[in-house]
Amino acid sequence: MIKELLSKWPVYQQIKNRSNGNGSESWSERTRTLQPKTAGADVARSICPYCAVGCGQMIYHKEGKLISIEGDPHSPISRGHLCPKGANTFQLHTAPNRLEKVKYRKPYGTDWEELPLEQAMDMIADRLWESRDNSFVESKEGRAVMNTTKVAHLGGATLDNEENYLIKKLFSGGLGLVCVSNQARI
Amino acid sequence: MSEKMGNFEVQPGKKTAFFTDSTTCIGCKACEVACKEWNGLEADGYNFSGFSYDNTVGLGASTWRHVKFVEDTPIPGLGGNSPDHNSWEFSSDVCKHCEVAGCLEACPTGALVRTEFGGVFLQPDICNGCAYCVISCPFGVVQKNEEDGRAFKCTFCTDRQKVGLEPACAKACPTQSIQFGVLETMEEKAADRLAVLQDRGMADAQIYNPTHTSVKGIHALFLIRGEPETYNLPPNPEVPTIYLRDGWKSAARDGFLLLAGVAAAFMAARSGRKDGIHV
Amino acid sequence: MPGLGTTVGRGGATTALTSLADSDAIMIMGSSMAEQHPVGFQWVMEARERGGKVIHVDPRFTRTSASADIWAPVRAGTDILFLGGLIHYAIEHDKWFKDYVLTYTNASTILREDYRDTEDLDGLFSGWDAEKKEYSPDTWLYEGSEKKRHPSQPAPGHHPADGGHGKDRGGEAGNTHQYTTDPTLQNPRCVFQVLKRHFSRYTPEMVEQGCGMPKHVFLEVAEAFTSASGPDKTAAICYAVGWTHHSTGVQIIRSAAILQLLLGNMGRPGGGILALRGHASIQGSTDIPTLYDILPGYLAMPFFEDDSTSLSKYIDKHSDKAGVWAHFDAYIISLLKSWYGDAATAENEWGFQWMPRVTGDHSELGYWLDMADGKMEGLFVMGQNPAVGAPNGRLQRSAMQNLKWMVVRDMVETETASFWLDSPEVKRGELVPETIATEVFLMPAAGQAEKNGSFTNTQRLVQWHNKAVDPPGDSRSETWFMYHLGRRIKEKAAREPGPKNIAINNLTWSYPTEGAIAEPVAEAILAEINGCHWDTKMHIKTYDELKPDGSTACGCWIYAGLMPAPDKNLPNTRESHDSLGHGWGFAWPKDTRILYNRASAKPDGTPWSERKKLIWWDPAAGEKGKWVGEDVSDFKPDMPPDYKGDPNKRGLEALSGDQPFTLHPDGRGWLFVTSGLKDGPLPTHFEPLESLVHNPVYPSEQTNPPAHKKERPDNPYAKSPDDPRFPYVLTTYRLTEHHTAGGMSRGLSHLAELQPELFTEISPELAAMCGVKHGEWVTIYSPRGLLSAKALVTGRMAPLKVNGKMVHQVGLPYHWGWKGITTGDVVNDLLAISESPNVRIMESKALVCNLIPGRRKQGPAALKELNKLLKERT
Repeated sequence: MIKELLSKWPVYQQIKNRSNGNGSESWSERTRTLQPKTAGADVARSICPYCAVGCGQMIYHKEGKLISIEGDPHSPISRGHLCPKGANTFQLHTAPNRLEKVKYRKPYGTDWEELPLEQAMDMIADRLWESRDNSFVESKEGRAVMNTTKVAHLGGATLDNEENYLIKKLFSGGLGLVCVSNQARI
Repeated sequence: MSEKMGNFEVQPGKKTAFFTDSTTCIGCKACEVACKEWNGLEADGYNFSGFSYDNTVGLGASTWRHVKFVEDTPIPGLGGNSPDHNSWEFSSDVCKHCEVAGCLEACPTGALVRTEFGGVFLQPDICNGCAYCVISCPFGVVQKNEEDGRAFKCTFCTDRQKVGLEPACAKACPTQSIQFGVLETMEEKAADRLAVLQDRGMADAQIYNPTHTSVKGIHALFLIRGEPETYNLPPNPEVPTIYLRDGWKSAARDGFLLLAGVAAAFMAARSGRKDGIHV
Repeated sequence: MPGLGTTVGRGGATTALTSLADSDAIMIMGSSMAEQHPVGFQWVMEARERGGKVIHVDPRFTRTSASADIWAPVRAGTDILFLGGLIHYAIEHDKWFKDYVLTYTNASTILREDYRDTEDLDGLFSGWDAEKKEYSPDTWLYEGSEKKRHPSQPAPGHHPADGGHGKDRGGEAGNTHQYTTDPTLQNPRCVFQVLKRHFSRYTPEMVEQGCGMPKHVFLEVAEAFTSASGPDKTAAICYAVGWTHHSTGVQIIRSAAILQLLLGNMGRPGGGILALRGHASIQGSTDIPTLYDILPGYLAMPFFEDDSTSLSKYIDKHSDKAGVWAHFDAYIISLLKSWYGDAATAENEWGFQWMPRVTGDHSELGYWLDMADGKMEGLFVMGQNPAVGAPNGRLQRSAMQNLKWMVVRDMVETETASFWLDSPEVKRGELVPETIATEVFLMPAAGQAEKNGSFTNTQRLVQWHNKAVDPPGDSRSETWFMYHLGRRIKEKAAREPGPKNIAINNLTWSYPTEGAIAEPVAEAILAEINGCHWDTKMHIKTYDELKPDGSTACGCWIYAGLMPAPDKNLPNTRESHDSLGHGWGFAWPKDTRILYNRASAKPDGTPWSERKKLIWWDPAAGEKGKWVGEDVSDFKPDMPPDYKGDPNKRGLEALSGDQPFTLHPDGRGWLFVTSGLKDGPLPTHFEPLESLVHNPVYPSEQTNPPAHKKERPDNPYAKSPDDPRFPYVLTTYRLTEHHTAGGMSRGLSHLAELQPELFTEISPELAAMCGVKHGEWVTIYSPRGLLSAKALVTGRMAPLKVNGKMVHQVGLPYHWGWKGITTGDVVNDLLAISESPNVRIMESKALVCNLIPGRRKQGPAALKELNKLLKERT
């Protein structure tokens, strides 16, 4: 018994065998069969959402769940590396502070309420349509104006090109919103 | 998976090592975060330390990579790469994966083992939380998670190495300050780098790899400028059990000596840590 | 945009990150690249390890300085003085690259006799209208250029409502393809002589006096940088918002571009100017703009003016005879076709009359002030957090209470979404939820791992991100939100036909959707952006195919060719096969990685040197010779170097074979800009709107004359210079460990723990003077607000000797707000809303403040303290 216990003690092993540490005989089943959590996962090729260096990312996912996000060594720009923010992209997507439901604050409300998504979309469409309707200017001094300055948009530098395209197209090209702006200046 | 996943492929049967070059470290802490992301580690707390930009302060049960910040007063005209003056140094610390490992020797349950890559691996399924390893590490690396009860430290990303992947910290490092590969190759790289830096006039550059003590070398080489103590690296780390080598007689006596030796080493390592920001 | 745009033709970064590895010197200024772009910085490190000199010019010694060879400290807000010093040095010491400058820039072009420089008018250029505080650029034209505009209209690029992003920049006020030159550069009215004279005051002594940079340090930088340029060497400049966030921002970038032209670094490997953008697709969001003054591809939005009463007038105004902009008509008509489809016909001017006209300053800060004044009803905020990220936070947050409704889309609950609930104003009792009528919809947004789409990175590279998983719960992409909102709106509009709704009723809006949540197929939108031949739907392969007759459609002409066939999504290609990364993604235009690369060869078409070759003329290639090499040529691929421009032709053939800057009607890089910059044709040092120092260069003009201060009771300023109540310089910045206004970092444990608290960096000298102790609370205030931060006392924040007086600088990272794991006061509460004359950006990098030891008061008592301070200050 004591001998058995002693035999597990690394220092005993080391001194007895004149080796510099434990061999595989001390590995547990878990250690022996250890696999990275990405084993068997699918990979989506992606781009980091933080700054504009545009590092390549590999997104490991399994059965609809994110597993890990790390650098893409094929990227000629980033060569597989990521900064602390980029390296934290998995947490960005999975942190507990992530919103999953529409939050609604009614006029003069003192707290948030929850709203079904489709209902919120209908309400937003109504508000947008009404405000635009109230404020749209077709022409002035016989010249086309075709705008409203009462409804504004802000944001875009964190969005996709396709998203910005739809924003500009619908808001400006379709509805005549001119107050459209984002972080980008120079 | 057909896609290449990393920049280094581990070859079976070869011993591996980190080579951390502080002269190319930019103090970004990507290694800290990549490690925590891969290993699912918790934050250490949210405390402003005042030690330069270092708020995780040291390696611990949930911080297995840690970037040390060493400040000195800058001089206009001299950047940090100047051979003459070293204004703000960064160096990413990690478990040394010693050739002769104090933690491994102290572990009574066989939780600490040496892997096929030469690293020291703490098997969480075996660890019983006795914390002998904590006091036996000459570098103060292993720490106990008080909530969980077990000890934790860098795994050498053994799980990744098993399938040929480099550790998460080395992969993320934007400037390749943390390199990873076959031990001999890393030793050569370190020697080559030292020659380059000395050639540029950086007379204070040196390799940290305590082969001259009972630790007998490490699997996490460092290239630093200035004295090792500045980076929390003890100049002469000793494995506590050296005091036992010649007298393997009674368990009681061994235990006493072990504890005393460990305590001494621990105190020595800790004292280096006070060396923080110079203001 | 206009800083680079007016000088070299396009507002985008001229080079690629990987090309920095080939630089012999890299100057980083207005950026802490190692901190804000760490992975991009690996290429700087690579250059350094190859022997290139890395220079960091910054008020603070940062992690970038710590990796540089030279750190040159500079007083915040004196960038033009320093860069002007380098221009002066390059000319005085004959460091400029003569062969390059003579052929590839407008150095030899003769200016009009009635042009007057700041040297003549003591800080002003000719054309200044003191009453309107505006310049008329008429006298800035080349001699011989005809004025283009209608006398009753503002000059193109000088409309009072301009936002500076449009094609309205760089000389449309005149026909700049008409000019005369003096190749000897001796004529006192040639650009070179004017430039030399303009910068004659920017001596090393002046730099030392104004910037606080020791003369020997300046000379070391000047020698290192200018010596690393020439036929066999190249040097690059990297900048970020440390340059843009100034009342002179555009002209700072202009100074750098002038320097790079003088040194012959534009268009060459290891050279150029790399604009380091801070968000994943900030370049993309100006290329395909969510901005008020432009349409996709930098086509100007029509303004409410005579020039926009018909499509032909509008096209005339924005077209050039020579160069790429000769085909403006094809670009705009293809866009209109893409938006209005079959409804767009020649008879209805392709729907041009349906588009909205710009009727004022509709920029973010402009309309936010309108919001504060109760003039706005609704607001959409998507992926931005102005309650923390925008200047004068108190005004920003209070203004939102005047909205009827607001939609915020984000991955987390931002401070903007909850301004009515728990903002500092609510805590101080200034805002009371029960009295705020604003209806707020906070919509959960998808992250990049949960959607398909493309980002355009800092080097104009469009890269695709593939969806990995579904977004959680009810979170959705903006693509989904916009598409389904548009669907609803179009249903409403269809019920009300008529002129008011003609645009929305004719807008093409049928995108295929997929999956249970009916997500629009992002590639279908990419295809629309790429464009097609309308009848056959064959994809456009380059913008040269676009026609002004309605036969082609293209959502963004500069992106044409990124999807040359339905199964070829080039942004999603991932097989890089050379050092510039060809085979990986698509860089606009035409997958060119280094812009203006014709300049990488001598006028005769051979490389300047073997070491610095990029593209060159191969007479044996193709049918009659071709430009070949390591990049796609940013030049007509078969135009021989000795081709002489034909004045009877339009477009590229009106330019010559040795004119690399093909966006300009004279094909040259512009040391001198004839119009489009509202603060003058040449950069001039002015002090920040709030400064401690009298303008050392032109004492009679303290600040940039046409800058908009937007001063009002809720946006007050310190007296400048020398307000005794605010004796220190304040500068703001980011940290590696956080992202902008914090929405993507403060709530994440792995990042929050690394920088868990708002701190201020001050020097040991300042700390001693103010009685502030390291690690303890300090209260910092400006005329707009006050905050508390922990003091990080460090020698890295060295005081500077300016004009014989010590100037202390206070540094504040701006990431904190009241939400997330780590919280802190909002730094932008200290900033003023101001608009630079060209792009309407605020000045966040240089202002004044004061500091006192201790923490500010909390809760309702804070209002008393704030009011007391505000009162004391007015």
